[in-house]
Amino acid sequence: MTTIQHKKHNPIAHLTPEDIEQIGIELDAIRDEVMASRGARDAAYIRRVIKVQRSLELGSRGVLLFSLFPPAWLIGTAGLSVAKILENMEIGHNILHGQWDWMRDPKIHSTTWEWDHASPAEQWKRSHNELHHTYTNVIGRDNDLGYGIMRVDEEQPWHPLHLGQPLWNFVNACFFEYGIAAYDLELGENLATKEKRRDPKFRAALKKVRRKIGKQVLKDYIVHPALSGPSFLHTMAANAVANLIRNLWSHSVIMCGHFPSGVETFETTSIDGETRGQWYLRQMLGSANISGSRLMHIMTGNLSHQIEHHLFPDLPSNRYAEIAPKIKDLFQRYGLSYTSGPLPKQVASAWAKVIRLSLPNRTPVPAAPAAPAPAAVRSAADDNRRAGWAQKPAVAASTAHTAA
Amino acid sequence: MAVIRTLRTGARRVAGLLTTPLLPTDYLDAIAPLRNAEVPRARVEAVRPETANSATLVLQTGRGWPRHEPGQYVRIGVDVDGVRLWRSYSVTSAPGRPDGRITVTVNAVAGGAVSTHLVRHARRGMLLHLDRPAGEFVLPRPRPARTLFVTAGSGITPVMGMLRSCLNELADVVVVHSARTREDVVFGAELRALAAQGRIRLVERHTRADGRLKPAELTDLVPDLFERETWACGPNELLDDLTTHWADAEAAHLLHVERFRSAVAVSGEGGTVTFLRSGTVVETDGTEPLLDSGEAAGVLMPSGCRMGICFSCVLPLREGAVRDLRDGRLTTAEPGDSIPVQTCVSAAAGPCRLDA
Repeated sequence: MTTIQHKKHNPIAHLTPEDIEQIGIELDAIRDEVMASRGARDAAYIRRVIKVQRSLELGSRGVLLFSLFPPAWLIGTAGLSVAKILENMEIGHNILHGQWDWMRDPKIHSTTWEWDHASPAEQWKRSHNELHHTYTNVIGRDNDLGYGIMRVDEEQPWHPLHLGQPLWNFVNACFFEYGIAAYDLELGENLATKEKRRDPKFRAALKKVRRKIGKQVLKDYIVHPALSGPSFLHTMAANAVANLIRNLWSHSVIMCGHFPSGVETFETTSIDGETRGQWYLRQMLGSANISGSRLMHIMTGNLSHQIEHHLFPDLPSNRYAEIAPKIKDLFQRYGLSYTSGPLPKQVASAWAKVIRLSLPNRTPVPAAPAAPAPAAVRSAADDNRRAGWAQKPAVAASTAHTAA
Repeated sequence: MAVIRTLRTGARRVAGLLTTPLLPTDYLDAIAPLRNAEVPRARVEAVRPETANSATLVLQTGRGWPRHEPGQYVRIGVDVDGVRLWRSYSVTSAPGRPDGRITVTVNAVAGGAVSTHLVRHARRGMLLHLDRPAGEFVLPRPRPARTLFVTAGSGITPVMGMLRSCLNELADVVVVHSARTREDVVFGAELRALAAQGRIRLVERHTRADGRLKPAELTDLVPDLFERETWACGPNELLDDLTTHWADAEAAHLLHVERFRSAVAVSGEGGTVTFLRSGTVVETDGTEPLLDSGEAAGVLMPSGCRMGICFSCVLPLREGAVRDLRDGRLTTAEPGDSIPVQTCVSAAAGPCRLDA
């Protein structure tokens, strides 16, 4: 992909600033409608998901006590994988977004929740909610784009190291939760210099992660296996497989959110002075959905409604499916493309991009012009009526972004 | 014993490791919610209508419920339209029942989300959340020789708790109770029966016909007024009148009052309130307590009596100014300060930052 500012066919060239602000107004209205109608039905939904998840986890771990027997191993591992996926995706991710804070239940609240994940909730919330959701798909600001280890854009200079990026991506997928923890710690940057390594803030955060990982490992690889006595090794393997399946699954789902073709990226400077409407528009263009059944949506933590989630990160996840037709209609009315596809197609598309970008560009990228770049939104005629988003001179994103 | 204790702690630690990052009780909650001593809860066992607008709830308390003192209230957390709301209700049953049940009587207040919900929708099996019983509105030991209770409306509820458990220890009891009509008297039948048995002297005042009770009239109704230790509970206007009357007679030490609402006197200037821990920012207009503003924005706020008595809601003010809604007192904090403020009776007086 190429940042939207440098594309030949600008997908939003037909929108006037008034259109963009109108999109913002319409989206705010959809948001207000859901906010005003949150109630007992939604509360019952999340409590039911939590109950199902906990029962499934307990049941599966119970079955795994006898994991020496192959059928028990298979059933227990499958159940535990599903339970772990539910725990991270539909429950953990969404609670930590504050989607259920309105219930004022201290047991289901973003400030008290801790999840079955290597990254402590506090650190994940900062890097995910504050950085990724604010700077979505802004190259150099949103580290979710390639996690700082991959080349995600044609405009980034190619380096022979990038040849290995399909492999890095696969390794990252297998150990995804640890990758996320490292990334929440900004490990690459914080280990770079002695000074940064010794920063007490970083050391305290590192200690928290180490302690969290320690407990998680102790639980899955020592205590539960020990409890299953003669099935020790089998339970240990089952837990490892469940964790691996969850890592691969969440990595795939998350890759589908911002990586498949049709998703746009933005330049760092393009978000200065962004209006509400422009922010919404960036979220609309920067996300892709996954189509599928209700079960599929729940298993992805409703991140299959990535577009809706990015527009309204704090709405209860069970409502995304309900507002999706309205959002789709809005995309159509404003001539924007609503990127969506089944999981295998989107995963393939995302992987194709990872592989393509591991190689140098076939055609050279247009050099960053010194003069104001082609405005993202439209011609220069109405520049003076437009907020800074569109008119800032574009600086090559690559200068701001080096693979950390 | 030490061995058992060590074993128990060890078992608990292993259970904690099995369920990390959750607690073993989080799983137990799904099956036996009343077993969790850290999160006291109660299950509604029965709902008995009292008057057209009030009902008594029989609650089965769970582990962690301590014995209450007659006259105390308990805060009850109810999920109304999915949102947990907390309100205080006087416990009307005698303490220490072997089956662990208590009763509270709820009067549906016009516009009151929780009271209306409980009176109209409470059903057997419904789960409620409890706080520890609290309140200073209790009878002293030794019991006073002569007592007077002045109540109005649902103000009878804490007094009923006292009458039901301590009447045997009280020799000379007068109850002066106001309600709109005879039918609106909560516990009317029970009070009249006690009066018929000669265990209390009951003076009923029906305000629709006879108008509101004036403190001056009390002297006629109860000639030895200032020789009695008096407990009063009801609307703020009544309590304010009584407080003045007793103070004028230099008998303030004999009067104990229980308010259901704080007396709001002033408003703050309003301003932007930042809840630092959750990062939530809200605009407030200066009439709404910080507690309400925070809760409305989804911040988990500690709370208690919601009228400035119990200090459960106190949070550190890191910066800015807040005004006490009862007396207009201004509290300011400079950056670096950490000044505790009662969020339930304080409103923003300019931008402020709270550690919540």
